[in-house]
Amino acid sequence: MQPDISVKHLSKVYGDGFQALKNINLDIRRGEIFALLGPNGAGKTTLISIICGIVNLSSGEVKAAGYDIVKDYRKARETIGLVPQELNTDSFETVWDAVSFSRGLFGKPPKPSHIEKVLKDLSLWEKRNNRIMSLSGGMKRRVMIAKALSHEPQILFLDEPTAGVDVELRRDMWEMVRKLRESGVTIILTTHYIEEAEEMADRIGVIRQGEIILVEDKTQLMTKLGKKELRLHLAQKLDKVPGELTLEPVELSEDGYELIYTFDSQQEQAGVARLLRTLGDLGIEYRDLQTRESSLEEIFVGLVHE
Amino acid sequence: MNLYGIRAIYKFEMARMRRTVMQSVLSPVISTCLYFVVFGSAIGSRMGDIDNIAYGAYIIPGLVMLSLLMQSISNASFGIYMPKFSGTIYEVLSAPVSYVEVVLGYVGAAATKSVILGLIILATAKFFVDYDVLHPFWMFSFLVLTSITFSLFGFIIGIWADGFEKLQIVPMMIITPLVFLGGTFYSIDMLPDVWQTVSLFNPVVYLISGFRWAFYGVSDVHVGISVGMTLVFLTACMVGIWWIFKTGYRLRS
Repeated sequence: MQPDISVKHLSKVYGDGFQALKNINLDIRRGEIFALLGPNGAGKTTLISIICGIVNLSSGEVKAAGYDIVKDYRKARETIGLVPQELNTDSFETVWDAVSFSRGLFGKPPKPSHIEKVLKDLSLWEKRNNRIMSLSGGMKRRVMIAKALSHEPQILFLDEPTAGVDVELRRDMWEMVRKLRESGVTIILTTHYIEEAEEMADRIGVIRQGEIILVEDKTQLMTKLGKKELRLHLAQKLDKVPGELTLEPVELSEDGYELIYTFDSQQEQAGVARLLRTLGDLGIEYRDLQTRESSLEEIFVGLVHE
Repeated sequence: MNLYGIRAIYKFEMARMRRTVMQSVLSPVISTCLYFVVFGSAIGSRMGDIDNIAYGAYIIPGLVMLSLLMQSISNASFGIYMPKFSGTIYEVLSAPVSYVEVVLGYVGAAATKSVILGLIILATAKFFVDYDVLHPFWMFSFLVLTSITFSLFGFIIGIWADGFEKLQIVPMMIITPLVFLGGTFYSIDMLPDVWQTVSLFNPVVYLISGFRWAFYGVSDVHVGISVGMTLVFLTACMVGIWWIFKTGYRLRS
């Protein structure tokens, strides 16, 4: 199946000479949730802006739903909905008018039933006749999502969708994104909240200084790069890590009551069994043990600081 | 052609006019009426006729032109400047609309407003001054052509402007003097020779002269030249806009 978004050798140099993107190659599959992670200024927004037609590309080729975004810009853009990062909304228009405007702008004939559905799904129906300026920040964010969905796009870009949004709304949005995916929409989101990517994404791309440094299935990524940690609560205090254990990556906690063993999740069995056997041989007793997988956040921090 | 897109922009802009009817319609109508009262009824009765036309009637085409130019520029420049200022321009830039369609929507709405305004001013003028229109077709054509031309010009200013001050500068500091010195209140024949020649470099002279010809059949310059100059300016604005969208000037980085 052809990818919904196909980026080939894409570079962007701004007028002031700043190279925001360097030879980006990226395919995004139909119907997946793709999370683009990267520190501030890495080029996330530039990449999205180019695909959506807001910024001109310097070189390379981008296709959306099979259409070239430059030569076939109408067809390409018709398939895309964009929720930008900044909370840019009209002020004086009503919610209904603003969302209907977006649908028309994207070349679709009026369809009040669809606008009604979008507004209801986003809990905006009650506010449909309110002026946008009278809405709270969270509500404005919903209006922007409604505008992006007004023309029934096949591909939805969410640039930092939950920045500055309260926990409840964030959960609502995750729910909404999942529903959209179920209906077949391809979703690309950028986020600072690793938790968000971990919660929702099927695949994760990491961008650093204008380069894609990694694209990986989320679960594979977490297995591949994830570290596991085994903590053993000791019955008796130890002064130092016993000599027999120094070959393993074992540390002793400051209070001397915990042994912490870090291991790659792929080689877990051998290491853990060996450790526990050695402890048994040494007669070191433990009351409790727990394991913990590192989060995507730790993986991410590890990656971008390499 | 994305007709729904053009219609969406057009409707959006017309709704803005309805919301700001005080500012965009009532205020220019009132200020023009004040001219009619002062120069038409009060002082005008003591002024001699120009080209056998009563002074009050003589200044009507120029005053309509003044409002037309000012409002066309300010409507169109605000129309495109506001989305740039508020950031909502992202939507237009990411939409499947060509630049011709964007211009048709924004400039079409701005020009419509100006034509409506011009007709309202002409209708109100009847209350203060007695006048006739000799060539109604040409009068209306000039009205429409000027509205479109200066709405295009306003659109360019709206894209060029990076602050509210710049939006005001061109209408206030350039257009107003050009209109006042462009034969609104006098025939340029009444000026000394040197100033007559200087006046011919003022593009507004041609607009007012042609417009006045449509009313009374008299003009400072031949009406053909007036039409020609208007078309030249129209073409210049279109080229400017074509360049803006081609290069992405202040729109797409």
